Amino acid sequence: MHKDDQALIFEISKPGRIGYSLPEMDVPEIDINELIPAGYLREEAPELPEVSELDIMRHYTALSNRNHGVDSGFYPLGSCTMKYNPKINENVARFPGFAHLHPLQDESSVQGALELMYDLQEHLIEITGMDQVTLQPAAGAHGEWTALMMVRAFHEANGDYNRTKVLIPDSAHGTNPASATVAGFETITVKSGENGLVDLDDLRRVVGEDTAALMLTNPNTLGLFEEDILEMAEIVHAAGGKLYYDGANLNAVMSKARPGDMGFDLVHLNLHKTFTGPHGGGGPGSGPVGVKADLIPFLPKPVLVKQGDQYELDYDRPQSIGRVKPYYGNFGINVRAYTYIRTMGPDGLKAVTEYAVLNANYMMRRLQESYDLPFDRHCKHEFVLSGKRQKKLGVRTLDIAKRLLDFGYHPPTIYFPLNVEECIMIEPTETESKETLDAFCDAMIQIAKEAEENPEIVQEAPHNTVIGRLDETLAARKPVLRYQKQ
Amino acid sequence: MKHRYLPMTETDKKEMLETIGVNSIDELFSDIPERVKFKGEYNIKPKKTETALMKELTQLAQKNADLRSHTSFLGAGVYDHYMPVIVDHVLSRSEFYTAYTPYQPEISQGELQAIFEFQSMICELTGMDVANSSMYDGGTALAEAAMLSAGQTRRKKVLISSAVHPEAKEVVKTYAKGQYIEVIEIPHKDGITDAAVLKDMINDEIAAVIVQYPNFFGRIEPLKELEEIIHAQKSLFVVSSNPLSLGALTPPGKLGADIVAGDAQPFGIPTAFGGPHCGYFAVTNKLMRKVPGRLVGQTVDEEGRRGFVLTLQAREQHIRRDKATSNICSNQALNALAASVAMTALGKNGVKEMAISNIQKAHYAKAAFKAKGFEIAFEGPTFNEFVVKLNAPVKEVNKKLLEKEIIGGYDLGRDYSDLKNHMLIAVTELRTKEEIDTFVNEMGDYHA
Repeated sequence: MHKDDQALIFEISKPGRIGYSLPEMDVPEIDINELIPAGYLREEAPELPEVSELDIMRHYTALSNRNHGVDSGFYPLGSCTMKYNPKINENVARFPGFAHLHPLQDESSVQGALELMYDLQEHLIEITGMDQVTLQPAAGAHGEWTALMMVRAFHEANGDYNRTKVLIPDSAHGTNPASATVAGFETITVKSGENGLVDLDDLRRVVGEDTAALMLTNPNTLGLFEEDILEMAEIVHAAGGKLYYDGANLNAVMSKARPGDMGFDLVHLNLHKTFTGPHGGGGPGSGPVGVKADLIPFLPKPVLVKQGDQYELDYDRPQSIGRVKPYYGNFGINVRAYTYIRTMGPDGLKAVTEYAVLNANYMMRRLQESYDLPFDRHCKHEFVLSGKRQKKLGVRTLDIAKRLLDFGYHPPTIYFPLNVEECIMIEPTETESKETLDAFCDAMIQIAKEAEENPEIVQEAPHNTVIGRLDETLAARKPVLRYQKQ
Repeated sequence: MKHRYLPMTETDKKEMLETIGVNSIDELFSDIPERVKFKGEYNIKPKKTETALMKELTQLAQKNADLRSHTSFLGAGVYDHYMPVIVDHVLSRSEFYTAYTPYQPEISQGELQAIFEFQSMICELTGMDVANSSMYDGGTALAEAAMLSAGQTRRKKVLISSAVHPEAKEVVKTYAKGQYIEVIEIPHKDGITDAAVLKDMINDEIAAVIVQYPNFFGRIEPLKELEEIIHAQKSLFVVSSNPLSLGALTPPGKLGADIVAGDAQPFGIPTAFGGPHCGYFAVTNKLMRKVPGRLVGQTVDEEGRRGFVLTLQAREQHIRRDKATSNICSNQALNALAASVAMTALGKNGVKEMAISNIQKAHYAKAAFKAKGFEIAFEGPTFNEFVVKLNAPVKEVNKKLLEKEIIGGYDLGRDYSDLKNHMLIAVTELRTKEEIDTFVNEMGDYHA
């Protein structure tokens, strides 16, 4: 073993050690063989670790030291909105009255929780400009699928079974086509024009009587606002389709333009992005869906309603698409998002978007000399650069990303969107200071210089991480997906 | 405006606008057409200071009857369990909770290794070869299992036991509709999946048979018997399982399951009004490349040092796009971490001790009800839940219990028309003998 190797928890296990303190067994015990049928009592114990409490804390502290979060340093991962995760959110979500509620308790005993959910829905309705919101989807992709199931139910309720196609721009998030497929649709790609925006002629070409919906992110993944949004809405609506808003990039337009006013019929939000979820190392998220009035009957069950001063869960929804998740969504994440919204207020949310956009434009202008800027116009909350100039020098975008690790940064999103060569997608968010943005830009500029003068240092990066570039081919060819006792 | 989350000063702003070459922030929004521009501010509640908001939300939380101030006998898929204190200390390390998906392995080894360990522990408990890095919850994990089965067998029908969690069943049906899969229920007999009826129902059009172990009524399904019937038709055998029970029960993997899915909530994850919990998904080696969601694998770096990466990504939505068979992207990573820490703290011995404590305490409660003259529906071995027949509506009884700060069991009449006035009672290791005795007493004369 190399000195830097981090042991697995299984490798520090020693028979006889324990890390728990279970409640007393204070009822008379009966021979377990009398309580469990023959053949169903486990014979071999699972090989879980045997470690002390200090072993556990040291192990996970060591692991955390090998991990980079927003609290560790700048994290400009495009389309992921890696903003600061407020600490008050964590405190509130841990209140016993929120954290230790059972979802199947009598409604009279959970009125506080239902009130919070209802008020969060009301806030999200105003923020999106929609008519109703469900908090049930567990994440963005889950929200996309939920919304598309509603689109399908809507068309089928009209006896319209031939709307089998969902239109998706080529710059869309990968989850869009996957969600459409899982909801039973065929997907059709709509091309972007030279200017990075949806090509209206191509949209007109593919739209038709078989169009169920168009899925759109606005601003799109290039960070550009789709200026022709009203024309697009008109084209899709005229053909009888629905317009779906992927809310991954909502941080760019809060208080500036609402999906509901742009002509969208459905929208999902990522509460772990715009509304400080947090990201949790890949989840849990929360992906509420907002809809216009004509889609309300199809919302997933149950729907939260207010009767006088009481909150109730309505299960009597004959046209509902059904349940999309047990219980009522990722409540704990919704509590955090609600706390955030109440911390910011209307002027705060407006400032969030303004600074998010200011920061992105500032960085774009500081970097436009050193890297190719494929779309030279104001961006919204994020922007894309192309590393094609560096590629000619033998330095790929992947190398640039790895070199950034040496400076203590999480790299931007790379090789996405797919329609920009050697793409580098940067989203600074509003919670970063000018000093941080400047230091990151300085590092990017230095790397561009290195690519010209000393490419090896970039190509061989990273140099000071706990581990070097890993062999991903080996991992896929000979998968080792679990520890097994030798 | 000044706000503690927004660091830009007026000077910063001025300098930045100059660099950009515009006079105001408004100019940066000039690409938004006038007709869609939102004017002014949202009509939402004004912001509150930290102190004022903490106070308001503390009061809101106190309107709820929580499981810390009340004694709960409610389970039905979500359980009040011992949560080792250390779990929250680990989760509070913000290097974990403020990170995102570990796309850059060099600076995400902590998360990747923790998930690799999670996958390993789930394999150990379920007796399966491969486990993924988590799903949203037990219900959607089961739905993904149905979809995987349909894809793998190229069959379009799925059988699901009526003794599977009713909400999970509904979720399976919603997903199935998306994929044009037909879902048919197998009735239960005396609280156990009716094997004789299953034998009649199954044929070579059935992609999968889904059962729950222990099932929704707390009963231990005879997996061995079911497995023979299912595999005779080359259908896949899908078992939904409470992983805590597998500390004491023979793992489904040893009894022929092809897919084991469920929720790891019993391990260190608060009930949280139903979410976020932590779905898990485990399969045999044969199905490894069909697993939905993310997988972490072991590999080496240029110097031969062991490291971990996201692997087999060719299966995933962001690569396959419209060819993907699942659309899951974000999962429940932080809760998988919580479950790992809890499974680590319990370890090889604790998980067994805790599972057996659940069996013993639930059995004690069941015996106490019987001694009091209550009728137990579906007599037979159970894990930590059992069904008691009452002479009054469960909702009514629960209202009375609530006055005594007891959260009663689940009203089975909500989902099963023939089980009106039947209460599903959960007794975990947390309940003391005294609490159980008090509960049985308070149930007084409600026996049928």
